[in-house]
Amino acid sequence: MYAFDYHKPRSLAEATALLNANPEARLLAGGMTLIPTLKQRLASPSDLVDLGGLPDLAGIFVGDGEVRIGAMTTHATVAHSAEVRAALPALAALAEGIGDPQVRHRGTIGGSISNADPAADYPAGVVGLGATVVTDRREIAADNFFTGMFETALEPGEIVRQVRFPIPEAAGYAKFPNPASRYAVAGVFVARAAGGVRVAVTGAGPSVFRVPEMEAALTASFTPEAIASVLVDADDLNTDLHATAAYRAHLVGVMAARAVTSALES
Amino acid sequence: MGLMSQPIRRTEDGRFITGRGRYVDDVKMEGAAIGYALRSPYAHAKIMSIDVEAAKSAPGVIGIITGAELEAAGIGHLGAAFPASFLKNRDGTPRVDGDRALLTVDYVRYVGEPVAFVVAESLNAAKDAAEQILVDYEELPAVGLIDEALDPGAPLVWPQAPGNIALDWAQGDEAATDAAFDRAAHVTRIDLVNNRVVVNSMEPRGAFGTYDKVTGQYELYATSQGSHPIADTIAKRILRIPPERLRVITPDVGGGFGLKMSTFAEYPLVLIASEKFGMPVKWMSERTEAFQSDSHGRDLKSHAEMAFDAGGRILGYRIKTDFNLGAYGLGFGPGIQSVVPMFVVGGVYKVPVVYNHVRAVFTNTVPVEAYRGAGRPEAAYIIERIMDLAAREMGLSQDEIRLRNFIQSHEMPFRSYVGAVIDSGDFQRNLHDCLRQADWAGFPARRAEAEKRGKLRGRGLAYYIEKTAGGASAVVISFTPAGRVEVGVGTSAHGQGHETTFAAIVADKLGVPFDSIDLIQGDSIRAPWGGGTGGSRSLWNSGNGILKAADAVIDKGREVAAALMDTAQDAITFEEGAFRVHGTNQFLPLLEVAEAARAGSKLPPELKARLEKGLDSSGTHEEKGDTFPNGCHICELEIDPDTGKVSVISYDVVDDFGFVLNPLIVAGQVHGGVAQGIGQALLENCLYEPGTAQLLSGSFMDYTMPRADDLPSFGFTYNEILCTTNPLGIKGCGEAGTVGAAPAVMNAVLDALWDKGVREVDMPMTALRVWETLQRAAAKAAV
Ligand SMILES: Cc1cc2nc3c(=O)[nH]c(=O)nc-3n(C[C@H](O)[C@H](O)[C@H](O)COP(=O)(O)OP(=O)(O)OC[C@H]3O[C@@H](n4cnc5c(N)ncnc54)[C@H](O)[C@@H]3O)c2cc1C
Repeated sequence: MYAFDYHKPRSLAEATALLNANPEARLLAGGMTLIPTLKQRLASPSDLVDLGGLPDLAGIFVGDGEVRIGAMTTHATVAHSAEVRAALPALAALAEGIGDPQVRHRGTIGGSISNADPAADYPAGVVGLGATVVTDRREIAADNFFTGMFETALEPGEIVRQVRFPIPEAAGYAKFPNPASRYAVAGVFVARAAGGVRVAVTGAGPSVFRVPEMEAALTASFTPEAIASVLVDADDLNTDLHATAAYRAHLVGVMAARAVTSALES
Repeated sequence: MGLMSQPIRRTEDGRFITGRGRYVDDVKMEGAAIGYALRSPYAHAKIMSIDVEAAKSAPGVIGIITGAELEAAGIGHLGAAFPASFLKNRDGTPRVDGDRALLTVDYVRYVGEPVAFVVAESLNAAKDAAEQILVDYEELPAVGLIDEALDPGAPLVWPQAPGNIALDWAQGDEAATDAAFDRAAHVTRIDLVNNRVVVNSMEPRGAFGTYDKVTGQYELYATSQGSHPIADTIAKRILRIPPERLRVITPDVGGGFGLKMSTFAEYPLVLIASEKFGMPVKWMSERTEAFQSDSHGRDLKSHAEMAFDAGGRILGYRIKTDFNLGAYGLGFGPGIQSVVPMFVVGGVYKVPVVYNHVRAVFTNTVPVEAYRGAGRPEAAYIIERIMDLAAREMGLSQDEIRLRNFIQSHEMPFRSYVGAVIDSGDFQRNLHDCLRQADWAGFPARRAEAEKRGKLRGRGLAYYIEKTAGGASAVVISFTPAGRVEVGVGTSAHGQGHETTFAAIVADKLGVPFDSIDLIQGDSIRAPWGGGTGGSRSLWNSGNGILKAADAVIDKGREVAAALMDTAQDAITFEEGAFRVHGTNQFLPLLEVAEAARAGSKLPPELKARLEKGLDSSGTHEEKGDTFPNGCHICELEIDPDTGKVSVISYDVVDDFGFVLNPLIVAGQVHGGVAQGIGQALLENCLYEPGTAQLLSGSFMDYTMPRADDLPSFGFTYNEILCTTNPLGIKGCGEAGTVGAAPAVMNAVLDALWDKGVREVDMPMTALRVWETLQRAAAKAAV
């Protein structure tokens, strides 16, 4: 790694001040993505601003028809939270399926969505549930948050504080993991709420995306059979060592059906 | 009851699992510097110039070593273990190994080849400096895959190896084999790819070197499978110093799998750097570096043909294999697919005639060397895949085709066409036992039940054999003034539990307490000479050697005891750790006799003079006679046709390892070996990019290691059919699991997919590949 200065602010204001004073500074959450990047010398921030000292950023609140998760809440905390399991079991299951135990005990929801890895799981949950991302300066609707591969609507120095998930009538998540990293080769989050059905896909394309044809079909009939004939176009999907675009397109269909089945069972 | 054949827990494990193991990275010395290898980012390039001036003056840098400087200093090069005369082309011409300097001077030939060695106060400082080294590369066309390298007009890795052929070798009689095929009632043909794997020992490679300018002594701590071969190579071939000026110490080692047998450039480099800069120097590979710079395993393509008579009996066997050697023929590399497995190409069958034509192919990739089983898993893979296919083609069951061709117990010792003399074994019994253990007969019901769940269930059987033994390794048993028994061996455990198994033999043989025994290994000065640990033969070497040395201890002890108890030698018996005077209750414990012999004061002068070293004795097991571990593997698995994912449901093994010294350790070796075989068959794949020979699967984010949740619980039993050619009756167990696993798994995958019209499957059957295979079969069925 290249040398950097390390800060552990005690308040959001202090964190913001540090970011403003050091344009080359980076926020540090669980470090599961950032630290390996530094070790490989692929990034050289002047400063690291560790969010680990801000207690308000961690924690889970369930009420008012919402599950609110603080940015610094680890995947393991979400996975094991009795409240999340009761109110939004699909989200707890999503968190439980991230990486491995070490990663789940360090990695955070804020870090995950800010990083916006095209194969990360949380983006599917955030978009699938139509969540709202709360930052230090505004609220961003899920559909506007993820803007591309490793790209979000966050402005320089903007800090994610919380994600607010509306509690749906039913939801399910199914992913086909990359056998090596266990990131999603294709992951589909399906949620049925008063406003209709949302289907969000991660891992398959350059960024999380919704599948309107599946949403319409599932709004008409919330069953796996309803989407059996919906084909996802492989043209815009990723090809890598573990999956071709055609295989991913196929897996999206399989995972969507499994997510619906899981939603119906929960 | 003695300790031998007991499932004693490994004494070394307490140390390992509580973080008290001492590995190369734990070696700390005052003022030590860090070495860092700058590696080539190109697969093939001409080095126009290397400018280290700016880097030399970077903060914290102590110095930089380049290849040109080593050449000027007369430092020797790395090379292959096989003399040119021993392993040559089938037309008698010499093979080509290429010429591998520690640091390349004029060309780089693979991604990760070391170009310069930076020594600095910290790793970070070394890396900072390495970024300032200006290497002017002129990129050249590269070949990474066997097919690319064999393409007419392919760029040459070495001009002296036209067609990129490093070795063109064969065994057997081509004309006689062709004649057998002319008589055949049935011929089965198969094309197989044995995928390239990264060794991935849990502990990467590392080295810590010191040079004492007062005494001129070099000392190297290295992650190795044997200190002596590395000491020999470095002293004789590279530094060109008298061997006594170099001591190589192998501390605890976290896995080797063949990788750590060889001498790698970084090992002599830390010594050279220590001498040059006047301080200890450590180099420790990082994981990314390990992917690029550790030798890889497997990587071959074979076309095999088996000729049968009308009764399904083998008439002849023909194989043509091309294997990827990488950019240099190093260590055991050129022999892995040629001479190393040559005695087991025919498997456990009566194969009247064989022609096995093997070519080593140069590519712009890191050299390929030994990987658990080294050539024998590859041979077993080919013959067990072709037997499976032959059974299907001829309408025979998987057990029947094997039973018709097995070498029978009553025919042993059996001299096979390829020249193996198989002393003992009962293939039939192991096969039957394994069929029963795996409930082979109950499979149709399990398949039907899986089908209801939408899963394709398959079963696969493989009967492997491997050959081991050979290579001398000495044992010295000595008694210390503190009353401890030191057992020096030339083997070098790196996960095998020798501290436990060897101590059990000594304790039983000499009747001394198990915990009074210390194993001295992995030290080129303190331990007796030996070839290290590799090829499943450490118990053959050291175990049988311990018996010899212990016998010598007892013989000397009897003489000393007789003198001490003032009686005739033939009146003395040795029982339960004591010398007893026959017909009396007079006795002396061995350790007391050893101490008296060591001190010498109570001995008659003649005896004292003769037993200058007290009872300390050595022994080397040098008897001829190979051993043939063998056994039956059965794998049952399910495939999810929607995703292509393969799940191994059950896995059964019945082995014959001869005498089993410690059932617990043996089971552990089998479990680990099978996991590696399953990993290769279903998950692991080392890929170089076509056209550029860039390493694509360069980290654990892309390279899939098998994990606990990829594996079932293993059913493992054994039949102890003693080896007749060594006193312990052992056959060796370290590689066996890997040898049998890949064909068993792949035969099961084919079985699961067969009814869908699939006829060809190649490793690794990842979910993607299974799905694509099913898609192709469905498309074919549709037309
Ligand atoms: C081996 C491995 C396997 C993994 N497998 C999976 C998987 O299966 N599925 C999956 O979804 N993920 C997976 N991950 C990713 C992991 O779960 C983390 O979510 C991810 O690394 C980022 O979270 P973090 O808290 O570690 O963030 P960090 O690494 O600390 O930060 C990541 C980025 O986000 C920024 N950032 C962090 N917090 C905030 C904030 N509050 N506001 C604004 N910006 C912020 C940082 O500046 C940095 O740029 C895996 C990671 C590893 C190492």
